[in-house]
Amino acid sequence: MRVSRGMRLSLRTIALGYLLLLLALPVGFVFYKTFDKGLGAVWDALTSDNAISAIKLTLLMVAVAVPLNTAFGVLAALVIVRGRVRGKALLNALIDLPFAVSPVVVGLALYLLYGRQGWFGSWLLDHGIQVIFSTPGMILATVFVSLPFVVREVIPVLREIGTGQEEAAATLGASAWQTFWRITLPAIRWGVLYGVVLTTARALGEFGAVSVVSGKILGSTDTLPVYVQNRFEAFDLTGAYAASAMLALIALATLLLMTKLQPKEART
Amino acid sequence: MIDLSDVTKRYDDFTALHDVSLHVPAGSLTALLGPSGSGKSTLLRVIAGLEAPDSGTVSIDGEDATRVPARRRGVGFVFQHYAAFKHMTVRANVAFGLKVRRRAKADVRARVDELLALVHLDGLADRYPSQLSGGQRQRMALARALAPGPRVLLLDEPFGALDAQVREELRVWLRRLHEEVHVTTVFVTHDQEEAMDVAEQVAVISEGRIQQVGTPRDLYEHPANDFVMGFIGPVTRLGDTVVRPHDVAIVDEPGPGTREALVERVAHLSFEVRVELTLDDGRDVWVQLTRAQAAELELEPGQIVWIRPSYSNAGAFQAAGSALSVAT
Amino acid sequence: MGIVTLYLSVIVLLPLAAVFAKAGEHGLSAGWDVITSKEALSTLELTLVVSLVVTAINAVIGTVIAWVLVRDRFPGQGIVNAIIDLPFALPTIVAGLTLLTLYGSRGPFGFSVAYTRIGVAVALLFVTLPFVVRTVQPVLMELDPEAEEAAASLGAGSFTIVRRIILPNLVPAILAGVALSFARAIGEFGSVVLISGNLPFKTEVTSVYIFGQIESGGVSGAAAVAVVLLLVALLVLTGINLLSRWSLRHAR
Repeated sequence: MRVSRGMRLSLRTIALGYLLLLLALPVGFVFYKTFDKGLGAVWDALTSDNAISAIKLTLLMVAVAVPLNTAFGVLAALVIVRGRVRGKALLNALIDLPFAVSPVVVGLALYLLYGRQGWFGSWLLDHGIQVIFSTPGMILATVFVSLPFVVREVIPVLREIGTGQEEAAATLGASAWQTFWRITLPAIRWGVLYGVVLTTARALGEFGAVSVVSGKILGSTDTLPVYVQNRFEAFDLTGAYAASAMLALIALATLLLMTKLQPKEART
Repeated sequence: MIDLSDVTKRYDDFTALHDVSLHVPAGSLTALLGPSGSGKSTLLRVIAGLEAPDSGTVSIDGEDATRVPARRRGVGFVFQHYAAFKHMTVRANVAFGLKVRRRAKADVRARVDELLALVHLDGLADRYPSQLSGGQRQRMALARALAPGPRVLLLDEPFGALDAQVREELRVWLRRLHEEVHVTTVFVTHDQEEAMDVAEQVAVISEGRIQQVGTPRDLYEHPANDFVMGFIGPVTRLGDTVVRPHDVAIVDEPGPGTREALVERVAHLSFEVRVELTLDDGRDVWVQLTRAQAAELELEPGQIVWIRPSYSNAGAFQAAGSALSVAT
Repeated sequence: MGIVTLYLSVIVLLPLAAVFAKAGEHGLSAGWDVITSKEALSTLELTLVVSLVVTAINAVIGTVIAWVLVRDRFPGQGIVNAIIDLPFALPTIVAGLTLLTLYGSRGPFGFSVAYTRIGVAVALLFVTLPFVVRTVQPVLMELDPEAEEAAASLGAGSFTIVRRIILPNLVPAILAGVALSFARAIGEFGSVVLISGNLPFKTEVTSVYIFGQIESGGVSGAAAVAVVLLLVALLVLTGINLLSRWSLRHAR
């Protein structure tokens, strides 16, 4: 459809202008303010003990949540696309639940299960396991919110490659495991990778749910996003900006990875 | 050899195969011929173990294989769309069946080389399937299926995805391959010319039932029913009788068994001449003549002639109803 | 299948069940009292209204952006395309901070949207930006230009072509994006919490209210309100899912 030049330019201006004001300027401005005080101040802020422990904790969240959800994701995708069981459609719908739940509600839910008066809370505390206000609870929150990504990315890829290769492998004598490991997994690898990138980004950035279950005790239960709020409320703007800038840089790197991986994902 | 006995396969309320029984002699090259939806691919997949029959038995080389999963049946399967392992080289593809059986590396290499030479892909061993043409991919698929030394080789419309010329080349090539390798081979096709050209034995299947099994010549000259006759070769209808268009004689005067017809059109198509006529009852008929016959008759549109079936050694059928009687 | 169900149940279903259970702990009427308390109601009203407004804006601007990305050509288009996903990749708290920095009281502009409902809206616009764009983009790419050319050859003007040929095809995708955008907006926490100031009856959204209730011990009340949010989100998602499937069939 031929759009008049004037119309084309107006639409472009509207779109780009909107994106500039909403996305580009705010992020750019934060980088500007971060380095306003100089590189040294930023470095100091990021290497303070509390910052380092926040970074470590965030990395721990990612290190646990991502492999778990990846394994689950691939398995669930196989069940939904290739499985011959009842209830596949329900499973498929339920997997999207984390998208519909507010992070604060996630935190609340975990608190109700594992908190002191929770369903399992007292039993766990008696056995010396503390979930809420401690790392396990935060891990559970992170796993919850980043659950669907790998599944959602792998399902269309699995559907697209079809069963031909897997049947061929069967006739050639491969066991189910051999078929999965040598044929299916390599075929879906870009979808898995893309899903992993999305999962990691989500796990890194989770704020609301972790906020509720962490108790926000500085130095021991702060992840980096929670640390940002902590610094802001303590009027330590440099610290808040520094941590934000670091997270923003990671986000931009994530975007780069996503762009690089996407055409490959589409190709397989 | 393969023996199928009363095999039935249902999908929800659709029956794909009704009590199918078939014997495939050892070392033979058999075609399963039928139109789309006839159940031929389903039958092949049942033999391979990719589908399980609801009732009936499958036996390979005398052993009951009905409950044996595909990976242990010793069948090689070639798919219409190649099912190539896209992330592996040609060599790795062909070696796959041997690798999963954990054969020694040296043995694997030797066998792969042997097969690649057999299918004329030796120079392309380190390429990826995406870098091959359709015909080359299918040859790779064949080599891959043969590598583990299967007792039976099954091909599901193996040339369906290829151009006409490549199809012809591969047809010839499949026959030669079979002569060299001598594995019991069954291939599925909807192309009767392909079946007749390549196979020693043809099983015609329609609506989930075997209609007839025999050599190509048998099927053409002694079809068991209307369907087989119509599917295997061209037919035209003369009143209630179904005949081969080249088994109709055109004469200038009425005689015993003749019917009056009006010449509508005479088309000179390469080696054959096709004459379209209308019978006295208004129905259309077409007759196939050689150029010599046509030249002799000097037919023109608008001319009135008389036609009758002329039999070489073919039978014609009462097409009406289900009666199968041979009119001589 | 078993492992998959178990994992899903433990991680997702069980926690959600606990919320529902807690909400009804003191009986339905107690829960209802909390939900209909003045403060809770005002947060619900604010949340739903602002989310609706934001979603409506997204429906329009999202489609425009998708159009520009698919049908236009300009240098740097690839980068713009990648930036759209920024709200997915950036932690919500950082998003809130960046918006506050630029458009807040200490920003370079004369005005400030901090502590205002507009600020809440801006934060929500940020985090829900990608939804409509990403659902509409693939559909736009798949559109057959021949249908539009045929309409043009029959004398239809651009506006008519958009209205009768293009939009009907886009509606299911726009609806899908709208549903996701709305569901995300009503539950959004991190980006709103800084810029809004969380002033009760003015800029407090429901998620912040729930947070406050948890901290002050009103856990069953928090659960009751949480259930409302959950039900609204689920209702919208399934409702629009059905609607878009209906309109898909209708368009054929």
